[in-house]
Parts: sequence; C-alpha cells; structure tokens
Amino acid sequence: MGNILSVKDINVYYGAIHAVTDISFDVNEGEIVTLIGANGAGKSTTLNTISGLLRSKTGDIEFMGNSIAKMGPNKIVQNGLVMVPEGRRIFLGMTVLENLEMGAYTRPNSEIKESLEQVFELFPRLKERIHQIGGTLSGGEQQMLAMGRALMAKPKLIMLDEPSMGLAPLLVDLIFEIIKDLHKAGSTILLVEQNAKAALSIADRAYVLETGKIVKSGKGSELISDPVIKKAYLGA
Amino acid sequence: MTFSSLIAQFINGLQTGSVYALVALGYSMVYGIIKLLNFAHGDIIMVGAYVVYYAIASFALPPMLAVILAVLVSTLLGVTVEKVAYTPLRSAPRLSLLITAIGVSFLLENGAQLLFGADKKSLDPMVSGSFQLGGVNVSYAAVVTIVVSVIAMVALTILVNKTKMGKAMRAVSEDMGAAQLMGISLNRTISMTFAIGSFLAGIGSVLYLCAYPQATPTMGSMLGIKAFIAAVLGGIGSIPGAMIGGFAIGILEALVAAVHLSMWKDAVVFLILIIVLLFKPAGLLGKKTQEKV
Repeated sequence: MGNILSVKDINVYYGAIHAVTDISFDVNEGEIVTLIGANGAGKSTTLNTISGLLRSKTGDIEFMGNSIAKMGPNKIVQNGLVMVPEGRRIFLGMTVLENLEMGAYTRPNSEIKESLEQVFELFPRLKERIHQIGGTLSGGEQQMLAMGRALMAKPKLIMLDEPSMGLAPLLVDLIFEIIKDLHKAGSTILLVEQNAKAALSIADRAYVLETGKIVKSGKGSELISDPVIKKAYLGA
Repeated sequence: MTFSSLIAQFINGLQTGSVYALVALGYSMVYGIIKLLNFAHGDIIMVGAYVVYYAIASFALPPMLAVILAVLVSTLLGVTVEKVAYTPLRSAPRLSLLITAIGVSFLLENGAQLLFGADKKSLDPMVSGSFQLGGVNVSYAAVVTIVVSVIAMVALTILVNKTKMGKAMRAVSEDMGAAQLMGISLNRTISMTFAIGSFLAGIGSVLYLCAYPQATPTMGSMLGIKAFIAAVLGGIGSIPGAMIGGFAIGILEALVAAVHLSMWKDAVVFLILIIVLLFKPAGLLGKKTQEKV
C-alpha cells in the first residue's frame, strides 16, 4: 500500500480569511480516508485546493509522487485525481448520458462504452434515466450521477465532498453502501463528511478538522469510540 | 401593397435576418460561456468586410479566395481579442470586462479609420442577378445568403450538441468549476467559442457585403447592435434563440419598410428591445435565471 496523495503544510486564504492552516495528511493506495469536522472547518476548502480550484500559499501537494500544487484543475483530472464536488454540480441542462460523457472527457472515445457499462452496473437507476435531463433527476439520483460521472474518468483517487448532504436517510445508507462497494473493488477514496458517524464507520483512517486545523487523527474504528469525538461529532 | 411585394419584402427580411442571426450567434455563445456582452463582436464584421475589399480591389484575388481570407482573418481576430483583452480579466468583475469590450470596439473602429480612411470603400456586387419565382423577383444574393446561413446554423447545432468540443462548451457555460473538474480546459474551450463566434461573424460580413457592397469603419456598430437585440429577443445564451431572434428582427425591419416606414426601421427595432427587456427579459427561448437556494 504505497502513498498516493500527500498534502504538506497547505495554507489557504479567502481574501483575508485564513480558511486552512498548516494542514498535512496522507492517503495510501486502497484506503478510505475521511476528513470530518463541523461546518466551516475547512474540509471542502482542502478538497478544492487538492483539485486545483483553489491555491495554497505554502507547502506542496503530491499525487503519485508528482507535485500537483501548481497544476490547473483539468491537468489534475488528467492525472487521475477526480473530485465529486459539494452540492453534486451535475450539468442540469444535459442528459444523464451527456453528463457521463463529460466525466470521461479526458479519456479516448474507444474506452467510454466499457466504463458506461460499469457505471450502469453500479447505478442501474442511471441506465433507466439515460436520456433524461439532469435537472429532472431527484437529489439521490443526482448524487449517483455525480459519482458515476467521476468514475467515468477512471480515477486513481476519488474525492467525495459531502456525498450524503441533503439526502433522505435511506439514500444516505445507499450512498455509503456504494462507497463501500467502490472501496472493495479497489478504489482509493478521500471522503469529506459532516455525517461523521457514517464516515468513520467505513473509513480506514480519519482526520478531524476544527477551524482550519487538523486537531486529531487516527483509525476510523478508534475515533468512532473516542469520547471527545463522540461528544463533539457523534451526538452521543 | 400587393401580395407579391409582401413576399419580396419577406425574402429581403430573411436575407438581412440571416446576417443578424449569424452575428447574434456570436454574441449569444460568448455571453453563454463567460457572461460577457462582447460589444467588439460587430466590429469583427467590419474588419472582415475590409479584408474582402482589399483582397479584391488591391490584390485582385478571386472573390472565393477573398471570402476565405475574410473568414480566416475574422476568426483569428476574435481569438486574439479574447486572448489579449479578455483572458487577463477572467476573474475580474464583469463590469471591467464589459468596459474592456467597449474599448476594444472603439479601438477597432478608430484603428480602421486611421488605416483605411473614413470614406466608404465600394465593391462590385459579389453575387449579381435575379430570377422570377411566381411573379416575385428574387435576387441570387438573397438565395446565397439564406442558404449559406442555414447551412452554417445546422453545422453549429450539430457541433454544439453532438461533438465532444460542443458538449464541453455547454458544460463550461453551465458550470465553469464543474467543467474543470471533468478535465475540460477552460482556456481552450473559451478560445474555441470565440473562434466559432468570429468565424460566423466572418461569414456574416461576407453575406452582408452581398446585400450592401461597401465597407466603412463604423459599419459594424449598428449591425452589431441589431444582432445584439436579436440575441436578447431570442434569449441571450440560447443558440436557437439567436437564430430565431435574427430572422425575426430582419423580417420585422423588412415589413416596416414594406409599409413605407423605412425611416422608422431602427426605432422599431429598439422599441422591440425595450419591450423585451420590460416584459420578457429572458427572451423568447432564454432560461429563467434561478436564484440558488
């Protein structure tokens, strides 16, 4: 299990606001790593910085041994690091199929068909709605589409930003089941969640963020029974 | 007014409407992708017209070659303007971008005046002659204009809906950030949009010369504004909207002329703009802007 992503001392600002302070962490191949924390703790900012939409003022981000800290978001995707953004952000005016094709933008046309079959196997619902316009899908279906779209890029590391946000409890369970399935199939996953309990229960390792800093880290199974974490994030 | 003269005016309207539609497409596509009203777009047509004029009058090139050259220069000019003037302002407020566009327009118009002089340069008609169709006199220029425009629009529709590049353009215009997360290059896609819009403007400039064979430094400004109104009428950002809007404005102008109110032509078009903005700001086919919740 080699190191696939290594974040070193990043600092991210929104104007004068210091959103992420000296964050460092690693993701190893085949792992599910989760970042948990309250609203505004800097989880999404961290993911957006890794994916190149935001820039860190300091430090470095290495993906499979290469620095990606100065790379444009499209180049980072080409390298195999793909994010499912917060709020899903599927293309509402495009069909399900077109959304999935956009996910495979960096890949040769000849490989798209095979990936489509794989995505449809994972999300049969998407196949039923293949020609439907994205905007007409339900929230759960949109989340499935956003994840399927990311998988179309055949990522070496997939980052999920709040995949359970705004979904009914039954769908939350389904989405976490799918994340587990992806993990079993060999995917490496970096998961950001406010639903700390669900995230910790499937994660190999976890980092806890508070006001832009990592305050705790450890195995998912350990943190889930940590009394401090329990009190602050698990509502128990 | 006889029925045949009404038909004749209708064909005239389709002819100018085709040109408006081609130019409106450029406005609409650029607005769709970077939310910029590119007021320099009309002036691309002016440059295209001068290219045709000098290619034929000074270098005696065959008209077909002059046409190709004009379309090529227009396309390159559009992309260059985007790279030099708009790309550095990608994250600037939209007002800065708009003011820059107006500046580029002034630069092109005054630059043309400096280089080519303020007098109009007249050409021999590139397509001459006409034929009778059921008692109506139809010029070949009108036929060429309408046919070429329709072909260009069909090709554009296929490009935008079926090709990878076209889909990437739609993705960027819908959500720039999400499009980048697909691996789409913003710079390339935006340049491509400008290239296509300016390519269509280049064709528009040639077709405009078929109807009015002369070039002046300011010819692009009124034409650009009419095309802009066409784009607003159709729903700015919408490709079929720009086509419908262009034809509608052209036909409307022709009908105003048909009832001997030619002098009111421009006023009527601007009245349309006011009415659209008051009662249907999103235009005929425009998307309603949704507030994010």
